[in-house]
Amino acid sequence: MIEAVGLTKRFGSTLAVDHLDFTVQPGIVTGFLGPNGAGKSTTMRLILGLDRPTAGRVTVNGRPYAKHGAPLREVGALLDAKAVHPGRTAAAHLFVLAQSNGIPAGRVDEVLALVGLTEVAKRRVGGFSLGMSQRLGIAAAMLGDPGVLMFDEPVNGLDPEGILWIRNFLRNLAAEGRTVFVSSHLMSEMALTAEHLIVIGRGRMIADTSVTDFVGRASQQLVRVRSPRMAEFSALATESGWTITPTSDGALEVAGPSAAQIGDAVAARGIAVHELTEVQASLEEAFMELTGDSVEFHATGVGMAS
Amino acid sequence: MNTTVASGANYTGISTKTSIFDVLRSELTKLRTVRSTYWSFLVTLVLVAGLSILIASAVVSRWDQRPPRERIGFDPTALGLAGVFLGQLAIGVLGVLVITSEYSTGSIRVSLAAVPQRLRMLFAKVGVFSLVTVVVGVVSCFAAFLGSQALFATKNAAAHLGDPGVTRAVLGAAVYLTLVGLLGLGIGGILRRTPAAISILVGLLLVVPILVGFLPQSWQAPIARYLPSAAGQSMFAVQHASDALSPGKGLLVMLIWVVVSLGGAAVLLVRRDA
Repeated sequence: MIEAVGLTKRFGSTLAVDHLDFTVQPGIVTGFLGPNGAGKSTTMRLILGLDRPTAGRVTVNGRPYAKHGAPLREVGALLDAKAVHPGRTAAAHLFVLAQSNGIPAGRVDEVLALVGLTEVAKRRVGGFSLGMSQRLGIAAAMLGDPGVLMFDEPVNGLDPEGILWIRNFLRNLAAEGRTVFVSSHLMSEMALTAEHLIVIGRGRMIADTSVTDFVGRASQQLVRVRSPRMAEFSALATESGWTITPTSDGALEVAGPSAAQIGDAVAARGIAVHELTEVQASLEEAFMELTGDSVEFHATGVGMAS
Repeated sequence: MNTTVASGANYTGISTKTSIFDVLRSELTKLRTVRSTYWSFLVTLVLVAGLSILIASAVVSRWDQRPPRERIGFDPTALGLAGVFLGQLAIGVLGVLVITSEYSTGSIRVSLAAVPQRLRMLFAKVGVFSLVTVVVGVVSCFAAFLGSQALFATKNAAAHLGDPGVTRAVLGAAVYLTLVGLLGLGIGGILRRTPAAISILVGLLLVVPILVGFLPQSWQAPIARYLPSAAGQSMFAVQHASDALSPGKGLLVMLIWVVVSLGGAAVLLVRRDA
């Protein structure tokens, strides 16, 4: 269990983490979601005691991280897969970590097998692909067989097979009763893996909710309409109080009525319609809508972002 | 591919405390599992022993044409350890890398997540590095001494380990090398960047003494002898120049340099974000 209370971190004039209160429960995968630069990695560093909070506190299993006698047996974390000395072999890297926490050397081979890196155990990490490095980072997190696991963007650099593997892996960890806290900037990935979501933007809490609720609340039914008599249709929509949004290819997206209601209405007026399609707003769109104001760097079309 | 999470041994819930020995073992493994360690030690040995012997052979080859001022102050022990002046750079750079490589690769975060008691990690690093470096220093310095004295012996000018102050001087050179390594580790811990730390270390050891040479005569002596290189020279000279520090004071001055740099590194390690 991870508990943050009023957790705040300021870097100069930037509030990277702004009064976050949350609890990460055991037994489920909790997704930690936010656009790039939202403060996810900083929050994770605060949890591990690598950065000192400006205000507030965060505990793991009831204690600040640094107060655990053998922290790798309590918390396994993968923050940056490439943060490994490139000259060390995979096995040596894990052995260094195992020794520091009094973990038997035999565990190194076990975790290498767990992530499928046994064959490259004696290879230098510098030659590893990002995907292999991610696996090594997961192996390191599993060394102490900890009850709390934390992964920062673990699917980055993985091939589809690897992504599928990690989804199952995370769910199995949670099913064993462990606390699993996974960050991502991809809503779709979290929808497949997590049960609970903590969404932040610009360091602030946006949502702390179950995935089902989030999807239900965020998804919006739209109907795409195409008609040769667009002006008349627009007038009808305005009369009926529907919200219409033109799309880039000349259609209109109508929010409010069902496709059947629109069909009846246009038939009554004799307006020909060439397309009438129900569109489910994607999770990604829902996520962007939710975090839209909090994205730190907006692209501004061609040229430099201001 | 394995998709189960079954752990071979169930450690969950067993609350164990790690000891300083766990961290020391871990730091020793860190040191011995990267190539730069072996390269640095090999270069140290080659520079300290090889260069000392080379210089001794050059002196011996023109023995009869030596100018008088070379004959008067002839200190076969110090001359036979001349390679230490270059060898110290290899050890110093290794000292820097022991800490800055953790920052440049980002693995400092992994290390500090494993050992959140930061001073314990620094202490273990310092302990392991000192121990290993002192062994390399002793081996290099004795090889340099024995090799060069074998050459001086052909001119009946060799120093012997039994002579007053000679064994102290050879061991002093080995200890000096270790202290330079620790100075590098301290500077590396303060600056966190390899190029900056190496520049400062090399500057302090080689460039600052030259710059001090440009100061007015009356300023030179009091400053120059407290620089690490001069303090080190006092540690492994047998015949002392009149304005040099005694070996004991030389050691003390070096220790102060090391304590200040490591102390700075320790304070910053605890206070800064990793």
